[in-house]
Amino acid sequence: MSGLITLEHLRFGYAADRPMVLPDLSLEIPPGTVTAILGPNGAGKTTLLHLVLGLLAPQGGVVRIAGRPLAEYGRRELSRQIALVPQAEHIPFDFTVLEYVLLGRSPYLGMLEMPGPADYRVAQEALALLGLTDFAPRPVTALSGGERQMAALARALAQEARILLLDEPTSHLDLSNKGRLLQTLRVLAGRGTTIVFTTHDPEMAVLAAQYVVLMRAGEIVDLGPIETVMTADRLTATYGTPVQVVRVDERPVVLLDLARPSVAGG
Amino acid sequence: MTTTALRPRPSVAALLAGLGISLVAVLSLSIFFGRYPVPYWIPPDLLFTDDMAQRLVLGLRLPRLIVSLALGMSLAAAGTVMQMIFRNPLVEPGFLGVTQGAAFGAALSILFLGSSLLVVQGVATFFALAGLALSYLLARYMRFGGWVLRLVLAGIAVSALFSSGVGVLKYLADPLTQLPEITFWLLGGLWGVTWRDVWIVLPVVIPGLLIVYLMRWRLNLLSLNDETAFSLGTAPGRERTVLLVAAVATTAAVTAIAGIVGWVGLIVPHLARRLTGANAQHTLPAAMLIGGMFAVICDDLARALLPGEIPLGILTALFGALLFIILMVRTTLRVQS
Repeated sequence: MSGLITLEHLRFGYAADRPMVLPDLSLEIPPGTVTAILGPNGAGKTTLLHLVLGLLAPQGGVVRIAGRPLAEYGRRELSRQIALVPQAEHIPFDFTVLEYVLLGRSPYLGMLEMPGPADYRVAQEALALLGLTDFAPRPVTALSGGERQMAALARALAQEARILLLDEPTSHLDLSNKGRLLQTLRVLAGRGTTIVFTTHDPEMAVLAAQYVVLMRAGEIVDLGPIETVMTADRLTATYGTPVQVVRVDERPVVLLDLARPSVAGG
Repeated sequence: MTTTALRPRPSVAALLAGLGISLVAVLSLSIFFGRYPVPYWIPPDLLFTDDMAQRLVLGLRLPRLIVSLALGMSLAAAGTVMQMIFRNPLVEPGFLGVTQGAAFGAALSILFLGSSLLVVQGVATFFALAGLALSYLLARYMRFGGWVLRLVLAGIAVSALFSSGVGVLKYLADPLTQLPEITFWLLGGLWGVTWRDVWIVLPVVIPGLLIVYLMRWRLNLLSLNDETAFSLGTAPGRERTVLLVAAVATTAAVTAIAGIVGWVGLIVPHLARRLTGANAQHTLPAAMLIGGMFAVICDDLARALLPGEIPLGILTALFGALLFIILMVRTTLRVQS
């Protein structure tokens, strides 16, 4: 199985005098799949996402997209391949939701070009897919956290990229928005978009992903299909706290096991 | 399909056209506005019959109009650029040590190199750019915070240093000859502007404004988080630098001639956003047109309202502060937290 995203012996640290965040990481993500990068805070999940995006350059190893090293892609070319929904975005100006989603068309515009009718059409479709058509003329800054997250997803959809990266997409969402987001991810996956998201919430991984990468302190604890990886032992090792996995309707549900002593630091 | 609601507001195009027509009207009327032969108005037919009126309009008023237009457009455009790049609606073009650097240069020049206009302008430009370079270098060497925060702090520190330098130079200046000159320069004004100044300013202002205008869609992207801007295909560092250099160069060029003219770059982008929304595709041209109009009207009043010249900086500060108060009372300004 050849990966759409391939990481080969990736090494990365933020400063020479501090320990490496990712000492040696290899990973292959097949096209058309949904993969969760699951782990506790500080595991290096966002760093990994930024390396795939090309925002950070690895100190060793190589990231390949469709077999080609990331470094060989031009900025615009790469942004047509990979879209990002960041964790929380500070938007200081009152763009309308439509204007904000239109920004997703920038990879298709020249440096001095303005969006045209075709770009408005794509932005409109992205809004319609997420049920945000009525929000188009509203200022982004007036939206709730959940609505803003959906607007960011619409902006990423307008990018028409085949890889969608999401950084902790549900961390600020209530149950109903979480449900909407998960439904949307399913629709996108059905259309063949390769989705990679980070999360510290095992439930989110189970609900949305086919594959999971368990990370702890910059290293991969285990990876593979949800069914085989989400076991009590591996999750306990990942989170450093006792965890129970029970099955509800054949689906693994992860619970904290407070009866057992913590194994943190182990 | 409900495309009507999703297209850019048709009123924006009409609004920009309206602003353009108003600016042309203000410029046309300003040609006849002055204190010769009687206060406030030259009858148009006098331009064809009166030699003095002709020389006054062509030799003094026209170049001054062009420079005041360039001043307003440059400060408003630079203000819009900086507010968006620094993601902070309270930033103005004098930020990053530019204005205080120019002030220090001008005072230094008046004190030690004489008050030839060309020398004062040259030294002021040099120190305006030095202020920018120092802010940039200082930000590079700081070891904490994000890039924007470091630039803001470095700009404040460098501005304070130059400002204290200006204080020292004022203290040392001859109170009868040099001090009034420094004070007048610091208050800002366009008296004594000639065609020579037009030829000095325009080669910097026209390409600078053109770059900013053409890159206005990118400005929207650069106002987002770095990771988002990057994921949308920008090279945030490089593109911000291009826009900043264009904005600061135009600011330095007009500041060197006009002295310190405050508030235009702070208040006009706010007004433009109120009229057109936040999208820089529309805000930037609106800000340039409003800025041009604002500066031309203020300069008309500065030269014609009283028998003596009123420093332009006083009028822009007065009207700017009044507008600011009105805007603050009527809206909530969003400050970066």
